[in-house]
Amino acid sequence: MGELKLMKGNEVIAEAAIRCGCDGYFGYPITPQSEIMETLMEREPWNETGMVVLQAESEVASVHMLYGAAGSGKKVMTSSSSPGISLMAEGISYLAGAELPCLIVNVQRGGPGLGTIQPSQADYWQSTKGGGHGDYRLIVLAPSSVQEMNDFVELGFQLAFKYRNPAMILTDGVIGQMMEKVVLSDYIPRLKDEEIEEKYGSWITSGRKNSRSRHVITSLELDSGRMELNNIRFQEKYAKMEEDEVLYEEIQCEDAEYLIVAFGSSARICQKAVDVARAKGIKVGLLRPITLFPFPKEPIAALAKQVKGMLVVEMNAGQMVEDVQLAAGCSIPVKYYGRLGGIVPSPGEVVEALEQKLIGG
Amino acid sequence: MELAEIISPNNLIYKKPKLLTDKTMHYCPGCGHGVVHKLLAEVIEDLGIEDKTIGISPVGCAVFAYNYIDIDWQEAAHGRAPAVATGIARTNPDKIVFTYQGDGDLASIGTAEIMHACNRGENIVVIFVNNAIYGMTGGQMAPTTLLGQVTSTTPTGRDASLNGYPLKITELIAQLPGTSYVTRQSVHTPAAIRKCRKAISKAFQAALDKKGTAFVEVVSTCNMNWKLDPVEANIWMESNMFPFYPPGDLKDGSKNDPASYSPLKN
Repeated sequence: MGELKLMKGNEVIAEAAIRCGCDGYFGYPITPQSEIMETLMEREPWNETGMVVLQAESEVASVHMLYGAAGSGKKVMTSSSSPGISLMAEGISYLAGAELPCLIVNVQRGGPGLGTIQPSQADYWQSTKGGGHGDYRLIVLAPSSVQEMNDFVELGFQLAFKYRNPAMILTDGVIGQMMEKVVLSDYIPRLKDEEIEEKYGSWITSGRKNSRSRHVITSLELDSGRMELNNIRFQEKYAKMEEDEVLYEEIQCEDAEYLIVAFGSSARICQKAVDVARAKGIKVGLLRPITLFPFPKEPIAALAKQVKGMLVVEMNAGQMVEDVQLAAGCSIPVKYYGRLGGIVPSPGEVVEALEQKLIGG
Repeated sequence: MELAEIISPNNLIYKKPKLLTDKTMHYCPGCGHGVVHKLLAEVIEDLGIEDKTIGISPVGCAVFAYNYIDIDWQEAAHGRAPAVATGIARTNPDKIVFTYQGDGDLASIGTAEIMHACNRGENIVVIFVNNAIYGMTGGQMAPTTLLGQVTSTTPTGRDASLNGYPLKITELIAQLPGTSYVTRQSVHTPAAIRKCRKAISKAFQAALDKKGTAFVEVVSTCNMNWKLDPVEANIWMESNMFPFYPPGDLKDGSKNDPASYSPLKN
């Protein structure tokens, strides 16, 4: 068993990055995630593992630094919060278009605009449906504990490199600022240049050796026919993710007559709400999507045949509820409950919403 | 004399650099990009660094630079080449990284990225081709467009009260302690081409010696969008661009010594 610690979610992201053999972090300060870069700067991983940490002049610059480093086969990441992710949208689209693996952490805060620094889940659409221009998808992981903040850093990198696609950890100020016990991962050494060459030598820009033709990292293809083929290839990749990479958790669903669907910090609250409701005799279960893209459509469709109704609880005005409705079909009611503006709902509110919206209290 | 005798290695006085590909260039006749590409290919070949050099191409006319010089390339988003180069250079300190950017890319949309990359003293080379106009999109005003210069978005000439002033970004760059070598060149005559080649070579040597950012501006023409023939464009450049953007070294190691930026005292 690894090292057991009591740590903040944001600090754990930094620690996990160092331990998983990350080659570089490029970021810009923004609340509520500044502890990620602060922790890295305090840890000075360049002395320990050789990991580069750089405070960029903006989120725009940091995401394009990611593009450059990722294009040379390095394992690199950035982090930000909602307004900063909007600034990165350009770069994220280019990363997806050039098929570059990297990890982006979004510790969400409320919007739109400068909004609030309090936690929110209002970037669900931005993360899962685009955010930047063009038809692309990110692999989106939604941790609901500090432990998962640790675990999803390496998982995110693994998936990103497997599909040559950017991956995102979509979390929020609750998990980022929360302290919990966590079992830290063991150290994985950074890949040596020769190992990077062996693994990714077919596409990275590491300098053209005599034996090979030049490599070009680009998202540009002016020939529409060829660009359509690129787009089709991307879509096939995303379809493969939907087939193979869906992660979710079912809690007390075996005998459930009602189902709550929630992700991230909302799912933590709903787990308590399930206990409260069950104490009142309501047979309710919780389905927690862990990958928001690819979305767990099939388990939701299966549960739609079992339960009388679903309540989607999210800290936004109702975004994931649309995906749950699509997956569940029209045979049962799928309702939404949420709080806005950085307000975190209480388990009691969720049970009340369940009773009013589904059971007919 | 037989043809075979004439075309013999002994008589060879000039050849195309090996790193320049045979792909037909898309540049307009009279454009300076082709010459700058050739110089880059020559310098990289001379220094023997093609196996560790990575170029960053811009958005603009030179977007397809990667089709012409046979090295590894990354194509950056508009203006972001210095950030892309930073990402590569920081995680691959043994590689030589250069950006190739136009005036719209470097001095307008990418102002923040170039200023901060140079201010951090990223160990990269910047090739900045300034022709005072947006070429690829069809001749709109650039940040470096001269006062009075007619473009498709300044149809009566650039007016300072409406459009602001032409930006001498290279002069700003030269003030930054992160830059080791800042120079302004041109490629409109054989003599200028030779000088420019020396400057590019010196810039790459600075990167090899890890001296920080080396910055080479090449004042160039866009006869197509200036609506002049190539010869007239060279004359227009000499009489209008050179007085405002005078060729020559702006900084060669000595000025703005980083040592003069002392840290806080207790």
